[in-house]
Parts: sequence; C-alpha cells; structure tokens
Amino acid sequence: MTMETTPKQSWWSRIAHPGQFVIWTRPLLWPLTILTALLFVAGLWFAFFNSPEDYQMGDTVRIMYVHVPNAWLSQFVYAVMSVSALGTLVWRHPMADVSMKAAAPLGALFTALALFTGALWGRPTWGTFWEWDGRMTSTLVLLLIYLGIIALWRAFDDQLRAARVIAVFTLIGAVNIPIIKFSVDWWSTLHQPASVFRPDGPRMPGSILTPLFVMFFAFTFLFLVLHLKAMHTEVKRRRVMTLQRRAAQGLGA
Amino acid sequence: MTAFRAMLIRELHLALRGGGDMLTLVLFFVIVGAIVPFAVGPDRELLARIAPGVVWIAAFLAMLLGLDRLFRPDHEDGSLILLRQAELPLSAVVAAKLIVHWAVSALPLIVASPFVAMLLAMDVATFWRTLLSLLLGTPALAAFGAVGAAVTVSIRRGGLIAPILIAPLSIPVLIFGTGSITATQSGAALLFLAALSLMATALSPFAAALAISSGED
Repeated sequence: MTMETTPKQSWWSRIAHPGQFVIWTRPLLWPLTILTALLFVAGLWFAFFNSPEDYQMGDTVRIMYVHVPNAWLSQFVYAVMSVSALGTLVWRHPMADVSMKAAAPLGALFTALALFTGALWGRPTWGTFWEWDGRMTSTLVLLLIYLGIIALWRAFDDQLRAARVIAVFTLIGAVNIPIIKFSVDWWSTLHQPASVFRPDGPRMPGSILTPLFVMFFAFTFLFLVLHLKAMHTEVKRRRVMTLQRRAAQGLGA
Repeated sequence: MTAFRAMLIRELHLALRGGGDMLTLVLFFVIVGAIVPFAVGPDRELLARIAPGVVWIAAFLAMLLGLDRLFRPDHEDGSLILLRQAELPLSAVVAAKLIVHWAVSALPLIVASPFVAMLLAMDVATFWRTLLSLLLGTPALAAFGAVGAAVTVSIRRGGLIAPILIAPLSIPVLIFGTGSITATQSGAALLFLAALSLMATALSPFAAALAISSGED
C-alpha cells in the first residue's frame, strides 16, 4: 500500500507558483507563435489580394482589417486586466498580479494603434484626423487610463502591495468599457455603429468579413502570445530582483 | 453616529486650523480665471463664450491641487492606521473626510466664483447656471479625487500621480458640467451631473476604503 504524501493539487493552485507557471505554460509559447504567424499570413493575403475595394472608400477600406482588431483588443485587454484584478482581490492568485502587470503596456499599445489607424482612416473618408466623437473620446480616455495604470505600477516599490491597490483602480476604470461599447448608439455623430455583431446578422458581404475575422483572430492570438511572454519575463524579472536583494544582503553580512 | 460626528468635527478642525490651505486654493482658482484673458486676449465676446469652460477647468485644477492633504497627513503621522482599527468602518471615515473635503475645498471656490465670472464678462443668467452646475458637479470631483488620493497614499511621492489617474475619470463630470451651462437642453445635463455626483459620492467611500486597506499592511 502506498501513501499519498503530497496533497492533490488542481492545476489552478499548481500554476500559482511562478516557477511552475513558467514550466507549465512554456510549451504553449511556440505553437501559439506559429499559429499567430500563420493567421497573419492568411489574413494579410486576404486583406491585400483577395478582398474587394469598397465602392465608396476604395482601397482605404483595407485599413479596417487592422483598425477593428486593434480597437477590439483595446477593450479585450482591459477585460483581461479586470478579471486578473478580481483574481488578485478575491483569490489572491499570485499569477493574477503578473497577468495584470503584463497586460497594461500591451493594452496601451493596442489602444494607441487603434487611435492611430482610426486617424489614418478618418482623414481620407471623413476628411479629418480627429473629431470629438463619443467613441473616439472614450477610447482616448481608455488610453489615458492605461497610461495612468502603467505610471502607477512604476511608482510603487513593493509589487505585491501595488498589485492590490492597482486592482482596485483597474476595477473602477472598468466603468469606461461599456461607455465605449455603447457610445456609438448613445451619441451617434461620426463613428459608425456596430456593423458586425448585430442581432440581424452582419451588414457586410462575406468577401470583407472573411479577412476581417482572420485578422481579428490573428491579432487576438498575437496578444495572447505577447501576454504569455510578458508574464514569463515579469516572473524572471522578479526572480532577478530577489536574487539581487539576497546578494546585496550577503555582501552586507 | 457619534463616532461619525466626531470624525467630521476632527476633520473640520484640522482643515480650519491647518493654516492657509483654503485661501491658497481660492487664490489659485481666481488666478487661473484671471490668467485666461491674458492668454486669449481681452475680447469680451470670446471670453463670455468660453467662460463656463474656464470656470470649470479652474475649479477642476484647484480641486486636484487640494487632493494630497486628504489622506497623506494622516498616513504620515500614523493616524490612518489607528482609524483603520477603529470601530467605525473605514468607509464611514472616508465618507466623513469626503464631506469635509468638499466643504473646505469646493465650497470656497463656489463662493469665489462671482469674481471669476466678473473677470470673464459672464452675464447674470449664465452665472446662475454656472453656480448651480458647480454645486451639483463638485461632489463628483471630490469623490473621484478621494479614490485617487486613496490609491496613491502609500506611494511616497504619490502627489503627482493622483491627478493623472483622476483626470480621465473626471471627463464626464466636465462634459456634463459645461454642457449644463452652454447647451440648449441644460436640464438633462444638470440631471446627469446630479446623478453622477450621487453615484460617485455613494460608491467612492467603499472603493477608497478598499484601496487604503489593500495598500497598507
């Protein structure tokens, strides 16, 4: 008869250990990277060579294939951060802190790209780079919130304490996400309302929808790869900091 | 309730006896209002048109300046730790602080707003609407500010970072605040402003208390 000496652990608590988390998730990194690359190749081929020009906008409609995924990610990353914030506050899961910290710069980047591609698209079609329209304004606010959160992470010395405080702030900032989502319905000025996910089906032909969806998944997987890699980097950064601190203490003693 | 009242009285005493903070904020508010005509030129029509926005910006900046004294002195002398161990919930302590903070940093600005209105060539009807919108909107600014101050209280040099966190959240207050003065349907904007203030003041003590207790050990 053998005795079970180690208690059975679920994968959830096993990945709470940073080293275990890296060991468990490292095999995912390469397959995800290859998948992302393949999706980008397919998506870009569709976007450039196998989709029609818009009858009004001409070739500029192709900006949509990078603009819409970036705009989607700007909100999705914030949702990831909010869920991680709940993980930090409710379960005190150590990896939730790391996930939250790793997601903030990525979210800021995707939001900035969404605003940038939107401005590039707006100039030829609307005749202006920028308009104080509901959705643009609320996306700009989202970018400012991301940058504020990054600044907050850098201001704290103690990262464990920082995680809990920033989790509270992240959840407060999450109020902005539904405002962005519904801004085009509430203040309908320049930005068009939702045209893909509608109760009565998408209002686009399939020839445009296919590249859009492929690019959509390509960008989402790009985020997943970058997020995972950034989490690994953060784990290593913390380990280096611990080792440095221990070395410094060893020198002092 | 007596603990809550004691807290209110303590905060009020500290604020009133703590020197010229209140006067400084009012001066800042008036000076911002007085600088604008130099920057855009003393054109009375233009000034009257932008006056509501200027008054709101000045009030917003003055309230951001006063944020740091909300929790930091208590954090530095250790009384925040004592307040956390008190029988009164921390959210009630924050609510008391918030009420007094509004009374000593927003109310003086509202009292001083006639001077700024005069400097900016505002007409009387617009002035009354400005006064009303400030009265309804500043509680929301104070409430958001309390959250920002609570989030940054455990950072040693957090004074600079709180305004950066708070400004994006305060944009709706500014939109409806100036909207209620200039727009034709100012009634709806005023109602929105009042709703924002009510929601922010109701929820922010809990959020701020959570931020304080997770930031300290």
